[in-house]
Amino acid sequence: MSAVPVTLRRVVELEIDGQTVRAMEGQTILQAVRALDVEIPTLCWGETLTPVNACRVCMVEVEGSRVLVPSCARKVEPGMVVRTNGDRVRHSRKMVLEFLASSVDLSTTPNAARWIEEYGAEPDRYGPAAPPAAAGERDRAHAGHHHPGDGQTAATVAQPVKIDNESYVRDYSKCILCYKCVEGCGEDWQNTFAIAVAGRGFDARIATEFDAPLPDSACVYCGNCIAVCPTGALMFKSEYDLRHAGQWDEERQTQTDTICPYCGVGCELTLHVQDNEIVKVTSPLDHSVTHGNLCVKGRFGFQFVQNREKR
Amino acid sequence: MFGAGGGTSSYQEIEETDLIVLWGSNARETHPIFFHHVLKGVHAGARLVVVDPRRTSSAQWADNWLGIDVGTDVGLANTIAREIIHAGLHNREFIDRATTGFEEFAANVEQYTLEEGEKITGIPAEIIRDVAHAYARADRAQICWTLGITEHHNAVDNVLALINLALLCGHVGRWGSGLNPLRGQNNVQGGGDMGAIPNRLPGFQDLEKDHEARTKFERAWGVEIQPRYGWHLTQMFEAMERGDLTALYVIGENPAQSEADTTRAWELLEGLGHLVVQDIFLTATAELAHVVLPASASWCEAEGTVTNSERRVQRVRKALEPPGQAHDDIEIIAELGTRLGYPMGWSTSEDAWTELRSLSPMHAGMTYPRLEELGGIQWPCVDEQDPGSPFLHGRLWADPLEGPPAPFHAVDQAPPVDELTEDSRATATRRRCAGRRRSTSRRRTASASTSSRASGFRSPRAAGP
Amino acid sequence: MDLRLHDTEPTSVERAAVDGVLGPPATAWEGAERSPLDGRVASTGHAARAQRHLLLPTLHAVQDRVGWISPAALDYVCKRLLIPPAEAYGVASFYSLFALEPRPATVAHVCTDIACMTRGATDFCKRLQDAGVDWLESPCLGMCERAPAALVIEAGEEPREAVLAPASVDSVVAAMDGDAPEPEAPEIRQATGLRLLRRVGLADPTSLDSYRAHGGYSALRAAFELGPAGVIREVTDSKLLGRGGAAFPTGRKWDAVARHPVRPHYLVCNADESEPGTFKDRIVIESDPFALVEAMTIAGYATGCEHGYVYLRGEYPLAWKRLQQAVTQARARGLLGDDILGQGVRFDIELRKGAGAYICGEETALFNSIEGFRGEPRNKPPFPVDEGLHGKPTVVNNVESLLNVLDIVLEGGAAFAQIGTEESTGTRLFCLCGCVQRPGLYEAPFGITLGELLDLAGGVLQGRELRSILLGGAAGVFVGPDKLDLELSFEATRAAGATLGSGVVMVFDDTVELAPILLRIAAFFRDESCGQCVPCRVGTVRQQEALLRLANGKPRGGVKTELALLGEITTAMRDASICGLGQTAANAIDSALHGLNAFPTEEAM
Ligand SMILES: Cc1cc2nc3c(=O)[nH]c(=O)nc-3n(C[C@H](O)[C@H](O)[C@H](O)COP(=O)(O)O)c2cc1C
Ligand code: SF4
Ligand code: SF4
Ligand code: SF4
Ligand code: FES
Ligand code: FES
Repeated sequence: MSAVPVTLRRVVELEIDGQTVRAMEGQTILQAVRALDVEIPTLCWGETLTPVNACRVCMVEVEGSRVLVPSCARKVEPGMVVRTNGDRVRHSRKMVLEFLASSVDLSTTPNAARWIEEYGAEPDRYGPAAPPAAAGERDRAHAGHHHPGDGQTAATVAQPVKIDNESYVRDYSKCILCYKCVEGCGEDWQNTFAIAVAGRGFDARIATEFDAPLPDSACVYCGNCIAVCPTGALMFKSEYDLRHAGQWDEERQTQTDTICPYCGVGCELTLHVQDNEIVKVTSPLDHSVTHGNLCVKGRFGFQFVQNREKR
Repeated sequence: MFGAGGGTSSYQEIEETDLIVLWGSNARETHPIFFHHVLKGVHAGARLVVVDPRRTSSAQWADNWLGIDVGTDVGLANTIAREIIHAGLHNREFIDRATTGFEEFAANVEQYTLEEGEKITGIPAEIIRDVAHAYARADRAQICWTLGITEHHNAVDNVLALINLALLCGHVGRWGSGLNPLRGQNNVQGGGDMGAIPNRLPGFQDLEKDHEARTKFERAWGVEIQPRYGWHLTQMFEAMERGDLTALYVIGENPAQSEADTTRAWELLEGLGHLVVQDIFLTATAELAHVVLPASASWCEAEGTVTNSERRVQRVRKALEPPGQAHDDIEIIAELGTRLGYPMGWSTSEDAWTELRSLSPMHAGMTYPRLEELGGIQWPCVDEQDPGSPFLHGRLWADPLEGPPAPFHAVDQAPPVDELTEDSRATATRRRCAGRRRSTSRRRTASASTSSRASGFRSPRAAGP
Repeated sequence: MDLRLHDTEPTSVERAAVDGVLGPPATAWEGAERSPLDGRVASTGHAARAQRHLLLPTLHAVQDRVGWISPAALDYVCKRLLIPPAEAYGVASFYSLFALEPRPATVAHVCTDIACMTRGATDFCKRLQDAGVDWLESPCLGMCERAPAALVIEAGEEPREAVLAPASVDSVVAAMDGDAPEPEAPEIRQATGLRLLRRVGLADPTSLDSYRAHGGYSALRAAFELGPAGVIREVTDSKLLGRGGAAFPTGRKWDAVARHPVRPHYLVCNADESEPGTFKDRIVIESDPFALVEAMTIAGYATGCEHGYVYLRGEYPLAWKRLQQAVTQARARGLLGDDILGQGVRFDIELRKGAGAYICGEETALFNSIEGFRGEPRNKPPFPVDEGLHGKPTVVNNVESLLNVLDIVLEGGAAFAQIGTEESTGTRLFCLCGCVQRPGLYEAPFGITLGELLDLAGGVLQGRELRSILLGGAAGVFVGPDKLDLELSFEATRAAGATLGSGVVMVFDDTVELAPILLRIAAFFRDESCGQCVPCRVGTVRQQEALLRLANGKPRGGVKTELALLGEITTAMRDASICGLGQTAANAIDSALHGLNAFPTEEAM
């Protein structure tokens, strides 16, 4: 009687790198490839988010397609012939990594350095980085207008860090514009829509309305954007401060799963602890209650245990 | 709800339903992650109805916000019920097979015409009618509620009135349809599950009426259990007033601050012969205590389980060493037992849990390793092969019916205790219209917001709720 | 939706502008006086959120009225339409015609694009600067046949737009002072062979009767006789290929939508025409707007669409006006609406105006723009025929593609297919501009050679020497004078590694320096990239930087290294970009570097 509906899905047969592979209808090429234990780099893809296929680092070749296709978004089809590592694919990955590394600070993007090496990307060949923008300058850029410069320096997104609240910082010099924070804050999960992509082209950026400081924006400090940010552009203030002081040390950290103490929803928390202090809080992406999301209490409420002795 | 007290549905069902009624609940703010599931449902096309005197942030997502007068929930529910019956939209077949008391119920709601409903609640008749039809016609529908329903002197009637609606349309016991109280505080559900309520043994086994269960516990614990319901909080204060209650052991509660009448609570607590408070903070209540037992924070400095609003039993784990002399609750209680001459026979939370599983059939299959592996398990889970129960009362749809039928309860709209005057209502509305405001509950404030935990936590938001 | 607004009060003018589009607010929640019911019920769910498609028209209204979109105005728009402010800001800041900082009410948008460059735009801008005029650089304004062009926009109670082409410092200054010239009637300088353009200059574009007197609405009657399936059959038989750039068979598209079980179906006419050098759709709409209305009605009838949109670029004030008039008249005469010609056919047209974003011509970006989102192209598949506007099956066609349908229905698909070449049937509108004697719009059957076409326009100016021709616009390909006998058809240009694109044939002679033209093309793509995907967002910048180094004679590691680098960038953009913009952003430059040897390598010198 306790019938939980199940959707039956068909099996699709396709060829990946010469191997015949069976995947479920509705799966993406990426899922099918990962099942083979083959690595495809991804940046804008997130397992809990609608694919936006914007970063283009996961491109693969599909026979019959004029251009490469994003493996993170394209669904498998029967008889598809996929190549994940041919020259075209490697070239486009190299270039995407070069484009990103020459315009964005990838120092806290996991795997970036390894991929750059693996694909032979040379971000330096575009010349020295142009001087960083002044605070607010990129936020005022008008669509369809730019200063071309003389080409001797490579344009970047470098700009001062935005620190306008006690919970988290926004360092958009590290932002690859993967849209994940926008999706997490928006329709995929939080539905607060405090941030969106503004501007256009190279001046496109993540912004609140008129670049309002976060405390004046719709932000509710759920930190669901931080949770999905793949680059460290969005970072717990606690982590940022420790990093700044040279004390951030993941080797010394433990991660423990527990349940949020605030309301009755039962969100699973992963407490990241360094030296008996909670330094950040995440939630498992595959947990059926949270899908990796929390509210401000779960995400930042840990301060109350740590404040105890001071009270 | 016809037996064990817990939400009937899984969060995921909220995503896969056709109509969601949030009744007296501002889940957007009080249960934000539950509201994520609501919004998944809404984006998938579900209609959202919010019943709340205030146009809360949840209500702002609603296809229909019904700003009823405070305390007229039963009136609204009964009006909806009558309209459904008169429109012939009730599920006759389900009612006949799986419920009792329909005729009496129907007769009782007869007086709640749409016009009468409008008079009672202040909601235009055609809106009530529209919502009634939508609820009855929906393929699957959910009703969820929180404090707005349960923090009333007539809380029980309110809940019964909502259950009646679900029974009327067969919106319970099927995937996607159900009745869900959202627990305001962490582990309220778990407290009930574990028998931390005056009338139940662990696993919702009746203390007074279920002799078999009581005997089982007596045998396991080697002590006699009084076949008598205990006092709930209000009764305890009454007993203090009478002088019948002179010693109190408070664990993780702060009645000196959370009671509606704090002056009276304060006086009574001060007048006790012996007050023991076990808490992670030196709360206002602890300041009155004869003995304070510093506890570790159960969610990050101790091992154990909690139960959430979808009946999911989940593991909490120790991530930090507690400060100073603070100890795990379970250690304190075990130690106290020993000193009082009753060694509990266990010292770890897993030991205690194993004992619980042997005594509470609905938890029997939930070993620690299984809880870990499955990311929590929804009760009932009767053995180690049982994956748990995403929803309850599927039995009502069995033909023939399994177990006892679900009863309708004829309940009536009672006048609220603190009736709002027209004036104060108008002011409240004007203020609401002016923009997003801090929610000011007209009832006793949700204890969550007075707990030491919440006051220790600063929201970084510049203004607003 | 729970919005967090700033509770800043719009000015009464801003409020009036918004209410002008949306009507007065209905409840206190949206900004009306409070009524007792407001404290009781509110409906701000699905239906209210479905208003989002009104965002773009509302932003236009504020911009037109006030000259910029202030935080308070945006806040009020958000309140009315239930859109989160950050999202609305993201949309507003996507378009170049919207200002988000205060600026003068009157602004001149001056074309600095390539056709105008051949007609002295660069120098013209300098003179404007010297004259102290408030002007902004603009990409191609679609007035290339009368270059150099400028568009003066004045915000106010009665907003004014004046197109100046050819523009002079005096005419710009006069227009900014409110003294704008009457729009000039387009000149079709071709006497014979006109089909699509047969009414241009003859029929009165403001009169339905005149349109009818010139044969208008006979095609719709013929279509009703054929029935929807019959129309689709004829269109399929005609082998009509889309004229918007991608050359997709129109019949296939129509058939797919007509058969699609999901309802409703939508028809979208793509009149965003922003490819530099293109002005054909403008001329057609300005001079023969009813033809488009009739053609769309046939398309809607055939494919089961009751609702059609025309998305017109924001820089075409006259076309906008003409189209509005045409739709209104057609509606008044029962040629649009619930029961067209008493046949029980229901179809109507809604007009939407772009706001300065080339990318919105890409069909899926266009859908997003209409829906009130940023004009970012969507991932394909799903294709528009399955999930287009509002996620529903959608026919999207270029203006010129649709126009062909009138003749196809009247003469039959087979007869139509006799015109042109084997694969490219019918005639084509060619936008001739740049260094030719008689720039303008020319219609010729596919298969005409490039040389013949240039002859129609009188060839290059006396005493000048033809150096190169850009086919297909900024996203197209440069060819040299050696290609004059290239046959202009989809198949022949494809075989030659060129393209017809949107029909641009832009001619450069020996007075035009190539490097600045290439730099302008690179700047164009940098400006117009939506910014969504890395290869295009960063690739267009890196391409521009490398060209700048080459043009300035300061290559990094030598010309050869730079050319190799540009080659790598080209490949990555072509292979890995989401949409046609990024995929073709290097085409013209690449063809100039290799086909025209724009920057000779060290060895070659
Ligand atoms: C960057 C870009 C800009 C485009 N601009 C236009 C345009 O302005 N007008 C147009 O009709 N098609 C334009 N297209 C092509 C459309 O995406 C689409 O293919 C076309 O409208 C389909 O109509 P058709 O089949 O009638 O050609 C553009 C494509 C791209 C990639
Ligand atoms: S913290 Fe939450 S509300 Fe704030 S921007 Fe991030 S996702 Fe949005
Ligand atoms: S801030 Fe982070 S999540 Fe957001 S777009 Fe940038 S890199 Fe992605
Ligand atoms: S190719 Fe360019 S315009 Fe197209 S989606 Fe990518 S960034 Fe946007
Ligand atoms: S991971 Fe696929 S495009 Fe970014
Ligand atoms: S109008 Fe100037 S290039 Fe087209």
